Amino acid sequence: MTATTKVLRKPARTLADQSYLLEVVKGLGVTLKHFFKGTKQMLTGTQPNFITDPYGDGISTISYPEEKRPYAERWRGVHRLTHREDGSPRCVACLCCSTACPAQCIYIKPAEYPPGDERRGYERFPEEFVIDELRCIFCGYCVEACPCDAIRMDTGTHMTALDNRADFIYDKAKLMSLVGQDGTQKSENPRHEPGEASHPGVDRHRGGH
Amino acid sequence: MFWLQAFVKIALIVGALVNMAALLLWVERKQSAMMQDRIGPNRAAIVIGSLRIRAAGLVHSIADGIKLVWKEDWEPKGGDHLLYRLAPILALVPALCLFAVIPFGPTLHLDHLRDLWQASWASEDVARTIPMRITTLDVGLLYVFAVAGAGVIGAALAGWSSNNKFALLGGLRAASQMVSYEVAMGLSLVGTFMIYQSVQPGEMVAWQMSHCWGILVQPLAFVLFFTSAIAETKRVPFDVPEGESEVVAGYFTEYSGLKFGMFASGELVEVCTSSAILTVVFLGGWQFPFVQNTGFEFHYLGIDISWHWAHAVVVLVGLLTFVLKVLGLIFLQLQIRWTLPRFRYDQIMMLGWRILLPAALLNVLLTGVALLFVNGFATGATTP
Repeated sequence: MTATTKVLRKPARTLADQSYLLEVVKGLGVTLKHFFKGTKQMLTGTQPNFITDPYGDGISTISYPEEKRPYAERWRGVHRLTHREDGSPRCVACLCCSTACPAQCIYIKPAEYPPGDERRGYERFPEEFVIDELRCIFCGYCVEACPCDAIRMDTGTHMTALDNRADFIYDKAKLMSLVGQDGTQKSENPRHEPGEASHPGVDRHRGGH
Repeated sequence: MFWLQAFVKIALIVGALVNMAALLLWVERKQSAMMQDRIGPNRAAIVIGSLRIRAAGLVHSIADGIKLVWKEDWEPKGGDHLLYRLAPILALVPALCLFAVIPFGPTLHLDHLRDLWQASWASEDVARTIPMRITTLDVGLLYVFAVAGAGVIGAALAGWSSNNKFALLGGLRAASQMVSYEVAMGLSLVGTFMIYQSVQPGEMVAWQMSHCWGILVQPLAFVLFFTSAIAETKRVPFDVPEGESEVVAGYFTEYSGLKFGMFASGELVEVCTSSAILTVVFLGGWQFPFVQNTGFEFHYLGIDISWHWAHAVVVLVGLLTFVLKVLGLIFLQLQIRWTLPRFRYDQIMMLGWRILLPAALLNVLLTGVALLFVNGFATGATTP
């Protein structure tokens, strides 16, 4: 078995190529076709919606601040704190996120519920929850670490350009005011509040272990 | 009366050309956007209360003008300040002056304005006519070549007086390119001069009206002249005098503000004037097909149609036709500008000296031979 070599000839330039004029006319034909198509779409308003139809034929501009391409569901944007049914944060101040954070940009000051509260002894709540968005590297480890689905990065917004550094320190109120890409401030994951029937009834005093 | 006429016409032409430059800025942006499947400029807006006038991006031209006026008028140290200030004027003024000899419509006979069905059209009462051109020179198109050649001085001086190596190189490139294509441009029209038996644009149009459009008898000259006219405007594909990676912005690297604006608008005015010259020499000037001084005349293929128009209508149709032809050619030039990639510098020189120049000479030879054989060609033996 001997290897055979197939010699391909370099395509020769024809006189038409060489004269350039014909190629110029061909090129003009292509651009004119696009010109007339674009003008027609512009005047009749029939340009394809590039957001819903990214492979559409024709003008493919997205007028950015007014129209935005939606981000993927798991795209990591600015953080938010999810709400419970009563509007308090789902966060139980376990410090998993601030521990996992490689940039150490999360500060949580945990607090106990007052005596007599059902949740006292079962979980804590964050008195302060501060994220320094300038230090954040948007790795998403905090979201992965959170056992309560309390912190999310699904707001679908970039870090905003602000005038001074102090504005980048997002506190609890700011983080809780942000809305997810689905338009809600809650999480779909069920939560079992102490006192509810579905609550396993396990805490420090009535503990199973 | 003569001076008044001249001043009014000059004011109209210069005003139209300068405004065309601003308009072409918009056309260029919008046209290129359409060609490249984009929307193009549409953000600048004039805000009156809650009303935002965007005019499909036209406001951008106004915004550009305002921006250019308020830019810092910086001058490089160590340059020649007088020449530095003179250069943009020398670049823009010749482009505007080119229009002086170009006829843009049929002569308006004031006496005939009320004659609806033209009685004595041929009578030339000089005192009572308004020729639709600024002036009639005996040298005709030779004046165009002379003035267009003067445009080189502006570019070369700008490069030289900027005290900047990039500008100097750009100025040299511009000068050599324009001088080279000047030769091909002049020679390419010699064939048309031979056929029209005149160098006067007005007589050229008259010949084309009585015979046929110049592009039909001189197609090669049309291509040659069109190519070298684009090269003269120093725009893509012939824009080597400027090139970001090689010579920054070329000869106007150091210019800012309105001085830069003069170079930029000078280019666009040159696009207009070269289109006008092409229209006059090759596309029958102001003639709408089959329209003569008396109206619509069709006497070919055994069909005889004579549809006489009022003199005012003939003049109006002529003016509109001229404007439309020029606009069409401008459109074509912009289309070429946004279609073709730029040539390398040596390719430009080779195209000018080794292809266009011999082709122009060949065209002269062929035209001469043809004129020799086709006896009586110049006296109207052909039909359009």
